[in-house]
Amino acid sequence: MSAKGAGNEGKIETVEEHPLDHILRQDRLPHIWCPGCGLGSAMTCFAQAIERVDIPLKKQVLLSGIGCTGRIAGYVNVDSYHTTHGRAIPFATGLKIANPELCVTVFSGDGDLFAIGGNHFLHAARRNVDINVICVNNFNYGMTGGQQGPTTPVEAKTSTTRYGSFEHPFNLPYLAAAIGAVYVSRWTTLHCRHLEKSMEKALQKKGFTFIEIISPCPTGFGRPNKLGEGLEELRYYREKSVIKNDASWDELELHMRGEEPVVVGDFVDTERPTYLELEEQMLRAKGLMK
Amino acid sequence: MKYWRRPLDKNKIKTPKGHIYVIPDRCKGCGFCIEFCPKGVLEESKEINRKGYHLPKIADGKEDDCMNCDFCMLICPEFAIYTEEGE
Repeated sequence: MSAKGAGNEGKIETVEEHPLDHILRQDRLPHIWCPGCGLGSAMTCFAQAIERVDIPLKKQVLLSGIGCTGRIAGYVNVDSYHTTHGRAIPFATGLKIANPELCVTVFSGDGDLFAIGGNHFLHAARRNVDINVICVNNFNYGMTGGQQGPTTPVEAKTSTTRYGSFEHPFNLPYLAAAIGAVYVSRWTTLHCRHLEKSMEKALQKKGFTFIEIISPCPTGFGRPNKLGEGLEELRYYREKSVIKNDASWDELELHMRGEEPVVVGDFVDTERPTYLELEEQMLRAKGLMK
Repeated sequence: MKYWRRPLDKNKIKTPKGHIYVIPDRCKGCGFCIEFCPKGVLEESKEINRKGYHLPKIADGKEDDCMNCDFCMLICPEFAIYTEEGE
């Protein structure tokens, strides 16, 4: 393991290939994300999850909207589509209804899914369309320069809230559970293994599933809020995160300052007939479908 | 590791050994693998890659400590490090 010779103590063996390279688009790498950003870790967990589940890669589809997280669709080597801003979920709904054999995943950011695409999220979850939504929450609009978004915590500083945000942020797991998602969980990018297991579960589950990933954004959120670089943000998660699967909805509010905990876990795991199942059932009952 | 009693199957159970590999030109020096390795195997080296970031190296006296848990691979945002079962 360690090559002998002066100055070479402890040197790690170097290679050119990574075991997950066949799931990535090699010509697109290295990706554009900043050093210390959590998006790469989230993408690794996703790559590992789609490799481990029993669904062939040919049947997997990855969709994303606009933003830093939106780049993921361009890096993962499955059928993918980079949609217009906020419209990843309507595209996914259409895709799933047109070809129910596909396993459709939407991987996008908090600004894309909950600001401009908020209404689409509500209605897809209400209909219980069989898609998986993975939202990477970094509390701001990272790509455009760290502006305030719908998930920016109260008092957090961003480039458009110099005195701190005075708006209440979304409580995303509460929102998703209230409108009928069948599987809701939240992890930080430090909880790699839990996150990967959750993704595997979500991919195999029928119905609308939602995973929120809390991710460091050293450039847009860490710096103005004195949380430091990506590494310090992960240390903050290690110190403050609590796994609590039966947490009350109020506890899931994120403050990202002081002694307030970051509660993570699997919050909802239920069954509900999906849009396509209900349609089939009703049409059969009326004799309109064989 | 200290046991309060000797496990009955201690002779049969073998701790897995891992072998670490790194792809130097992908590393962006975020330090996640160094900080979060459960066995503290890695540390920052003086060596830099083509982009000028410091690569991880194996800390002194930790050469045989890697247990192939793969956590460095999962947390690395750049697909730049992984482990494999070693001898």
